[in-house]
Amino acid sequence: MKRIKPYLLFLIAAALIALLYIINPPMGSKAAVTVLSSFKEMLFILPPVFILLGLLDIWVPRETMVRFMGEGSGLKGALLSFLLGSAAAGPLYVVFPIAAAFMRKGAKFTNILILIGAWSTTKIPMVLFELSAMGLKFGLTRLALNIPVILIITFVMGRAFSEEERAALYERAEQVD
Amino acid sequence: MQTTIFYGVALSLLLLSFIKDRQKTRRSLVKAWKSFQNILPQMLGMITSIGLLLALLSPAVISEVIGSSSGWWGVLLAAVIGSITLIPAFVAFPMAAILLENGAGYMQLSAFVSTLTMVGVITLPLEIRFFGKKFTILRNSLAFALSFVVAFVISKVVH
Repeated sequence: MKRIKPYLLFLIAAALIALLYIINPPMGSKAAVTVLSSFKEMLFILPPVFILLGLLDIWVPRETMVRFMGEGSGLKGALLSFLLGSAAAGPLYVVFPIAAAFMRKGAKFTNILILIGAWSTTKIPMVLFELSAMGLKFGLTRLALNIPVILIITFVMGRAFSEEERAALYERAEQVD
Repeated sequence: MQTTIFYGVALSLLLLSFIKDRQKTRRSLVKAWKSFQNILPQMLGMITSIGLLLALLSPAVISEVIGSSSGWWGVLLAAVIGSITLIPAFVAFPMAAILLENGAGYMQLSAFVSTLTMVGVITLPLEIRFFGKKFTILRNSLAFALSFVVAFVISKVVH
């Protein structure tokens, strides 16, 4: 059961798609095609992201991360976090293991928040997609608004966590692997 | 294009690592594989449920509830639908463009796209595993609330 549990959502969704296929074949096959194509897309995007994550974990010494993104890294650290998040590829949930690896290496809490925020909204390919799909005015307005949105979330969450709670979060990042 | 750059950078660094220290390279790859394996079950689950939802919620259905005359009620619905799960941009924006063609409003679509990329209910267990309950709930709630502010400004700027 313990081995099946992580796959529960997948099994339920797959069963529902099979059921949908029986009830409504065109809808069911549309769902299956969407799933297969996004899975292929993921398998294509993810290998380099995880290879870089592995190299980071083994090669980059803690001191280096602390110097660039740690407590004393100031504006430069924030900017670096923003750029790293914006340059990245993959949906938001891919950033979770990456953020945890950064925490293990001693990156500052607010920089982790900026990294997650930038990953979710200001990614370069995403902005380009948005500009072409939704128009210049819509895309640029949202881009201009998303930067303060990231900062507000970072600021509020930075205040909401006490020293002990942050320490517990870093402890959790150590364990999660 | 961006993926090509990523492959280039990752493979060059991997080669460099291999030349400098085979043992460390092996450990890096084991680490990479373990991290990937760790999120694989959830990723499979999410991709499959997104596929199911996209098939059920046709653009025509969504556009109807979040049409340009649906007002703040439509914005709320759009934000809620967008919050169900996190979707990568390459799925989100082509979909938003189709919705726009089908009559969805800019204000509503703005809320939809914001929560689509920032808020994920299906991904909550995964996020909690990494960052705990307080962090996850606070981050998702803040992003949810702020997407209404963004939608309001969009409604003033884009017509």
